Amino acid sequence: MIPAAFDYIRAGSAEEALAALAEHGDEAKLLAGGHSLLPLMKLRLSTPAVLVDIGRLDDLSYINDAGDHLAIGALTRHRDVETSGLVQSQAGLLAEATSHVGDPQVRHRGTIGGSIAHGDPASDLPSVMLAMRATLVVRGPGGEREVAVDDFFTGFLETSLGDNELLTEIRVPKMPDATWGFQKFNRRAQDWAIVGVSAIVANGSAGVGLVNMDSTPIRAAGVEAALAGGASASDAAEAAAEGTNPPSDLNAGPEYREHLARVLTRRALEAAGR
Amino acid sequence: MEVSVTINGDSHTHDVEPRTLLVHYIRDVVGLTGTNIGCDTSSCGACTIHVNGESVKSCTMLAVQADGQDLLTIEGLADGDVLHPMQESFRQCHALQCGYCTPGMVMAAVSLLDENPDPSEREVRIGLEGNLCRCTGYHNIVKAVLHCAEASS
Repeated sequence: MIPAAFDYIRAGSAEEALAALAEHGDEAKLLAGGHSLLPLMKLRLSTPAVLVDIGRLDDLSYINDAGDHLAIGALTRHRDVETSGLVQSQAGLLAEATSHVGDPQVRHRGTIGGSIAHGDPASDLPSVMLAMRATLVVRGPGGEREVAVDDFFTGFLETSLGDNELLTEIRVPKMPDATWGFQKFNRRAQDWAIVGVSAIVANGSAGVGLVNMDSTPIRAAGVEAALAGGASASDAAEAAAEGTNPPSDLNAGPEYREHLARVLTRRALEAAGR
Repeated sequence: MEVSVTINGDSHTHDVEPRTLLVHYIRDVVGLTGTNIGCDTSSCGACTIHVNGESVKSCTMLAVQADGQDLLTIEGLADGDVLHPMQESFRQCHALQCGYCTPGMVMAAVSLLDENPDPSEREVRIGLEGNLCRCTGYHNIVKAVLHCAEASS
């Protein structure tokens, strides 16, 4: 399978990438590691006229201790996130979930920013962002803005990123004493999660994000509220599917996904010590 | 667009269409056909090569993304007539049946041991989850990787 023809622009800096986006608008797509976009382009589900390659912007590949949070450059590869001592000690849930993204070859190319900006409800990392209440830093023609993760995912493969904007940094709160659980249910190695759950508990409050339970990555708000009200893990997990609208596909219908969400949430919370 | 890469130590420069996939460039332009195309959807791993020393599925990378990079394919693994230890281990453990997945499996396994020289059996199985064997010959493949790790330690 070969993608439809496109013009290729290799950006030498974030500014060059933004200039290319400003010129080509919604005709253009950003290419980072390419492990979400290229498969869609090969199936001709995505046919951008212009591909702006940001894969060489090494200054956007970093993991820094920024006081109360970790600052992770959007072009940091999954492999570098999962093996980072800093991520393992300060955001263990993120390191663990990242080690379940795709397979080793995918993790050698795919990036954290690319995965999040793709906005796929079936991918693992957005659920971590929701559970950890991450902040996303976005650069555009007018400068930088910060977006709370709850305002980022707006529709199926849609985010609040404008056509002329670039996700540059992911800010994850440092939670060295947190307990957490990550559950990913699939039937074959390396498949997308049929349903997945990220749960983290720190200082008595809990964050729970769901994979593949709606048209966007979604927070299990009912579970979080139940836990805040003192419910046990198994009681709180009963609320996992509340307010969700799970998809139906060859793997599972909505009812089965709702069942999985409840079971996996309970397991994730129990792993987190609740 | 002009692309210059090093493949198995040799320099290559060609003018390619931006949409050319790396695996098509390697097979059809450079003429190195040891790298197989299996599923063509980044699932099966038959097209696994090394980019700058790490395993990558060459069906999910554009040739233009490889510009200036150092590539290694199955043809570059042996030292003349002397097989790479992983190839020798596959031979000794009979880790292939039809052989279609073998080039990608070997390249993925070499990358795996580079990152984890002394893996457990479970770590080998998880580490090779990006590679499918249509003969389901995983038992001997895992044995070969463990054998190679042991022989190298």
